[in-house]
Amino acid sequence: MENETTFEIQEKDGLLVHQGVIRVPYTWAAGEVASRFYAGLREKKVLGLRCPACKVVLVPPKKVCHRCFSDLTDWVEVGDEGVLQTFTVVHYSEPDLHPVEAPFAYGIIKLDGADTGMTHLIGEADIKGLKAGMRLKAVFRHQPQGNYLDIAYFKPIEEANHG
Amino acid sequence: MGTRTAIVGVGQTYHTSKRKDVNGQELINEAVRRALEDADLTLKDIDAIVIGNMDHFEAINCVDCWSVDGSGAFMKPIMKVTTGGSTGGTLGSCAYYHVASGLFDVVMAIGWEKNSESDTQAAISTCADPILERDFFGGAIGPNAAEYAMYMKQYGASEEDAAMVAVRDHNNALNNPYAHLRKHITVEDVMNSPVLCWPIKLLDSCPRSDGACAVIYAAEGRAEKIASRPAWVHASAVSHDYVYFGDYDWEAMPTLEATASRVYKRAGIVNPLKEIDVMELYLPFSTCGVIWMEHMWVCGRGESPRLIREGVFDMDGELPVNPSGGVLSTNPIGATALIRIGEAALQIMNKAGSRQVPNVNTAMATAFGSCYWFEATILRSGKP
Amino acid sequence: MDKVAIIGVGQTRYERGNTKSFAELVYEVTRKALDDAGLELDNIDNVVTTTNDFYDGRTIACMAVAEASGSYGRDATNVEGDGTLSAFYGLMRTLSGVYDATIVTTHCKMSEGNPRKLFNQAFDPIYDRILGMDAISSSALQARAYMDRYGVTEEQCAMVSVKNHANARNNPYAHVALEITIDDVMKSPMLAEPIKRLDISPISDGACAIILATEERARKSAKKPVWVRGVAHCTDAYRLGERDLTYSAALETAAKKAYKMAGIRNPFKQIDVAEVYDAFSYMELMWYEGLGFCDRGKGGKLVESGKTQMGGELPVNPSGGVLSAHPVQVAGLARIAEAVLQLRGEAGGRQVPGAKTALAHGITGICGQTHCVWVLSNEEA
Repeated sequence: MENETTFEIQEKDGLLVHQGVIRVPYTWAAGEVASRFYAGLREKKVLGLRCPACKVVLVPPKKVCHRCFSDLTDWVEVGDEGVLQTFTVVHYSEPDLHPVEAPFAYGIIKLDGADTGMTHLIGEADIKGLKAGMRLKAVFRHQPQGNYLDIAYFKPIEEANHG
Repeated sequence: MGTRTAIVGVGQTYHTSKRKDVNGQELINEAVRRALEDADLTLKDIDAIVIGNMDHFEAINCVDCWSVDGSGAFMKPIMKVTTGGSTGGTLGSCAYYHVASGLFDVVMAIGWEKNSESDTQAAISTCADPILERDFFGGAIGPNAAEYAMYMKQYGASEEDAAMVAVRDHNNALNNPYAHLRKHITVEDVMNSPVLCWPIKLLDSCPRSDGACAVIYAAEGRAEKIASRPAWVHASAVSHDYVYFGDYDWEAMPTLEATASRVYKRAGIVNPLKEIDVMELYLPFSTCGVIWMEHMWVCGRGESPRLIREGVFDMDGELPVNPSGGVLSTNPIGATALIRIGEAALQIMNKAGSRQVPNVNTAMATAFGSCYWFEATILRSGKP
Repeated sequence: MDKVAIIGVGQTRYERGNTKSFAELVYEVTRKALDDAGLELDNIDNVVTTTNDFYDGRTIACMAVAEASGSYGRDATNVEGDGTLSAFYGLMRTLSGVYDATIVTTHCKMSEGNPRKLFNQAFDPIYDRILGMDAISSSALQARAYMDRYGVTEEQCAMVSVKNHANARNNPYAHVALEITIDDVMKSPMLAEPIKRLDISPISDGACAIILATEERARKSAKKPVWVRGVAHCTDAYRLGERDLTYSAALETAAKKAYKMAGIRNPFKQIDVAEVYDAFSYMELMWYEGLGFCDRGKGGKLVESGKTQMGGELPVNPSGGVLSAHPVQVAGLARIAEAVLQLRGEAGGRQVPGAKTALAHGITGICGQTHCVWVLSNEEA
């Protein structure tokens, strides 16, 4: 069992400041819905749940529609391409948190066939040229692990035809 | 004077050691749906929600915000309250004050925990003061064990007296389909179970469970329409005392005595043994089921073992305690004390199934947590 | 709603690296609020504390501050979330008829933790937590969505920063008081586009307490009572991708409910001063809209008009707001305390002359998922 350890004491003007770290191991059951979503990603399929009452497709899926409180069971496959709703380019670095080195971009992407946005990383992109409304495509991780980064990131789609 | 308030619906999950099939939001949702079903209400009828758990047991910050997908709080008022093990009691009183304030008509309290998802003892040990006590604090069992050792010496009580409490609660749980541990045990089984911290043995102690509970409170005018026999809240009280663990008077139990005195006074109770028909008590160890009855003024100092031996607190006794099986059989921490309130309400509402005590008009529920933080609620079939 | 008044307030100076313990910080504001109200602890029968086990680095963190809030021998409870919610719970307990006087306390020593990591724990552990977002990067997504939708400019956001940091110079409790220009904000280092260093609130330590009392108790108090005229809270969807990030429906719902209770039909005209939760400069503009101070998308224009400056029609954040001091879970209660000072005419150099009706606002969660709105007045209903 690893938990708190006091490892350093700072002193300033006779006042002590103790340091410590709380380390507690966690597991989180994903549940049937998220487990099925991740099973889909293994096959490079993005799955959502449709709410028949609200007529929306929720991606990533969840068991209960927050709007009408229905149990959702109507699985649909949505596209792996979609539209960038909003984004930010992060310039500061937080190595323990960020999965990639700064500068990098986060975006919210509404996939074709989905009515809700997925928050994710944007990669293989000219981060100075990002614009809301541009189309992005999911890039799947080579060896899926069953977590959110089984989509490694979304990359801009070259749209030569549209200049 | 505030708005008269009653409990009109109770829902809980089937508590167990590990719910791998659902995430936290889904677990909460099960309890919420059962409570709504019990009260024959829909989410639209709920004006506000309060939720609670222990942060370091699941590592989800802003649980109130995260819970929306399970609790149904989308575009509703929700707030989080938490006080450690007593969280469920804190939740019940929070929902009660929401209604009693006159600002909300129907309010749902939700307590939940997935203890299986962290190292509970590692997390709980960080409740000790980081500068003075954290390095050596070893959890709640030590002080309780020492307390009972002293009690035995002073009043001639035995380990078997505590074991009888464990047997009562565990065997009552056989009547409760929602209970986590449902196994018939004997005093011998308790005595033969491994010693955790003498004189407390494994079967004297509470388990860790995954589970959730939701309780719906409603204002006078609505409550009578929702439930045929609402459980009216007559009083709620809380008391605690903490600076450092070493400061607490383990023998005199001042906070339990203060809570009990205050809640009885507010509800007009003079003789709890005679006036209360059933109790759902937060007893983390069977030894507490011996000693704490005295600090709650149910009987005089040193008399509790005799009443236990006479069966006064058994299902067919004068004052049945923990018909549900109590905390010794089920302990999803953030929900545990709310389950006490829910079970007490079910007894008043005459909906407790095979654990029903006949003719319950007054019920009491307690919560215990932090460093001797006690909460208590008195429910009655009649309006305050 | 029966009449309830705020009869005492206390704040610490907000700063980074305060060396008091949690209990000492909370004791300081408890003492100040009692002194302010001219009360002794014997007059208090109910205590609401505010803690968060992540920010406090301690399980059951309420254990550390309850007694410093005066809980010994009286009923006590604990809220986790912004101080506006603790105050709301204090109000409900006061309205229940069980208690006469309630003290609400909240504290923060965020300088002792890692706020980015702690805030990341608010994201969904089975989905997007692994992306490593924190308050700055998630708010940047909201800022971009809002600004893109309505053509709000970075300069307009910068005006909020200039205004509030300047206002802070009149507030002895403020943490960061600056004399800066729009250009300074625009040239400050980019953190997460479009949010720059001077668009964000600081990491502040500090504490705040208020005392709520029944009408009867309030009439006996030392200070002129400030009456609670309306209060409401509301929560939006959890996931960012499921919300309209360009407009806060939860804020609108909470504000409308609070206004209805307070009899306010035209908030911009009827409210004399507002203290809102501007954790980031863009937020103040979005909150103008949700609070009905202007139409949707017009927040940028409103700040540009100067009407929310000191001396304007509706000064917003005379204290310097959250941009000038951001003790998490304290900041909303500090907004209430500042509103009370305004309504008593005790706000010193930041006083809005003749203020009769004030608004205070708090948020909890990612990108302001939960909003709580208070309407206070020195005039009785």
